Amino acid sequence: MKLHNISFNNLRRRKAKMAFLTVGLAVGIATIVTLITLTDSMSGDVERKMDEFGANILITPQQNGLAMNYGGISLGGVTFDQKEILESDLSRISTIKNSRNISAVAPKVLGGVTMAGRQVLLIGVQFDKELKLKQWWKLFGEAPKADGELLLGSDAARALNVMIGDSLEIKGERFKVTGILEQTGSQDDSLVFVRLAVAQRLLGKVGRINLVEVAALCSGCPIGDMVLQIAEKLPDAKVSAIQQVVEGRLKALGQYRRFSWAMSGVVIFIGSLIVFVTMMGSVNERTTEIGVFRAIGFRRSHIMRIILLEAAVIGLLAGLLGYGAGMGGARLALPFMAEGKQVALCWDTQVAFGSLGLSLGLALLASLYPALYASRLDPTEALRAL
Amino acid sequence: MALIEVRDLAKNYRCGDETVEALRGIDFDIETGKFITIMGQSGSGKSTLLSVLGGLNHPSRGTVQIAGIDLYALPGEKLADFRSSTLGFVFQSFNLIPYLSALENVMLPLAISRMKGKDKRAAAGEALARVGLGGREDRLPNALSGGEQERVAIARAMVNRPDILFADEPTGNLDSKTALEMMHLFRALNDAGQTVVMVTHNPENCGYSDRTIHLKDGLVVGKGGSGSPRDFLTPVSPGVY
Repeated sequence: MKLHNISFNNLRRRKAKMAFLTVGLAVGIATIVTLITLTDSMSGDVERKMDEFGANILITPQQNGLAMNYGGISLGGVTFDQKEILESDLSRISTIKNSRNISAVAPKVLGGVTMAGRQVLLIGVQFDKELKLKQWWKLFGEAPKADGELLLGSDAARALNVMIGDSLEIKGERFKVTGILEQTGSQDDSLVFVRLAVAQRLLGKVGRINLVEVAALCSGCPIGDMVLQIAEKLPDAKVSAIQQVVEGRLKALGQYRRFSWAMSGVVIFIGSLIVFVTMMGSVNERTTEIGVFRAIGFRRSHIMRIILLEAAVIGLLAGLLGYGAGMGGARLALPFMAEGKQVALCWDTQVAFGSLGLSLGLALLASLYPALYASRLDPTEALRAL
Repeated sequence: MALIEVRDLAKNYRCGDETVEALRGIDFDIETGKFITIMGQSGSGKSTLLSVLGGLNHPSRGTVQIAGIDLYALPGEKLADFRSSTLGFVFQSFNLIPYLSALENVMLPLAISRMKGKDKRAAAGEALARVGLGGREDRLPNALSGGEQERVAIARAMVNRPDILFADEPTGNLDSKTALEMMHLFRALNDAGQTVVMVTHNPENCGYSDRTIHLKDGLVVGKGGSGSPRDFLTPVSPGVY
């Protein structure tokens, strides 16, 4: 016979009340686990989608000078000592510490050419990378698959008066129009897209790049770190984060997370109240019993240990049940909450241990006053027989 | 030196705006190995006296010394430790823990001791045997008769081999036949050397004790004795029982 025998036997005797308390606490924990897991799963998905939706890091050649343009109107500029980016150097990007966070690296070469008597901006891209980066692109036709094919922006196609299937000449070479972009409202509308190697050859920039757009997954890694890591690998390039894009995304996700934490706080408060009220009721029911314990020589600390041990058992049980129910709830709710059916449920060990710890902590904290109250009961008052 | 020495003991209670004097300054000594009954009508202070003697109720005035130790001079939880090692209690309503078996109830005082489990079981089994309740160790209290519950309560009070066994109206909830059995049991325990201090309202129970302390309105009013007439007329001077 030890103190824990008293606790366990009491829990076994008061099955209904303890089951009510355990279930009540477990429901609270399950709610929190569901909220946090859904938030994490959906955030992760939203983050990935947002990060893949366009570039958030720009790599341009290092130049000493200031660009003189404003609101899309270029007034020229003075540049000197401009270094170009070598295409062969781009492989270094995959060697940075956070290379796993890189979703796409899309190099580009640009230059002006004459087509059908008009000056147009020719851009050479890797179409597979470009399409991954620019998921908002909608194509009439399809992207070029061969060197003799090109893609036109909507404004460029209108200006050149061509349709899909027509052919155009660039520096004596014939190219077939395989696709036309639906209007994007960006500068892409006025561009002519060919494969990177073709543009490099036509523009006399073989092996060289004008700029690189990078889509970095910010989840788990501050974008600033990635910018520094890439800059270290490409010392002749200027690497910068598109701050507006990054901050906007983080703000939206932050608001979402704060909401789920606020809801969790409400649930924690209600759960604590349930535990407190039930444990106080239990102590009041056991007044005589506690009087006997004190009369036969139990110290106040012994009484507290009995009560708190009961609370700990309930807390642990509720934590386990709550975590299981919470993950089950998240699994059921996720397909309805997330747009894509492929959104994966986040299994986080931190949430598992956190929910156990929270449940245990809640049960103990909410039972602290009832335990103190029980330990301070006057034995003679408690017994009323002496 | 007497086992229990009481000097100028007084206990007051606040009852709204009034102060009730439950004990008004009493003195007596109790020797080791004696069986003492405390008698009095309802409101005489006998239960209060027992609670003070048992270290459960701080007096308003006076001292209680048990085995030379000033009970209420003990600091903090030392008083609880003293109760655990030196005193045993039998309550009027038995107050067995309903979710513990008879054996577990008897082992309850040992829950805070450092004895090994098997030693605890052995001590509890021996205590149950002494009160004549062998063979029913695994039963819960609600499966025991009143007399059996009383025996379990006595065994629980005895398991730590206390210096003093306090009993508060132990036969109050029993039928006359069972009550008689219990008094024989207390007598037998006392014959074996156990000091017993019992509160009772039944004059017949006084026949089993060595001496009776009569209380009236918070004062000791007669030495009494085994089978002797009670004297309620004059307060008694400090005496040895």
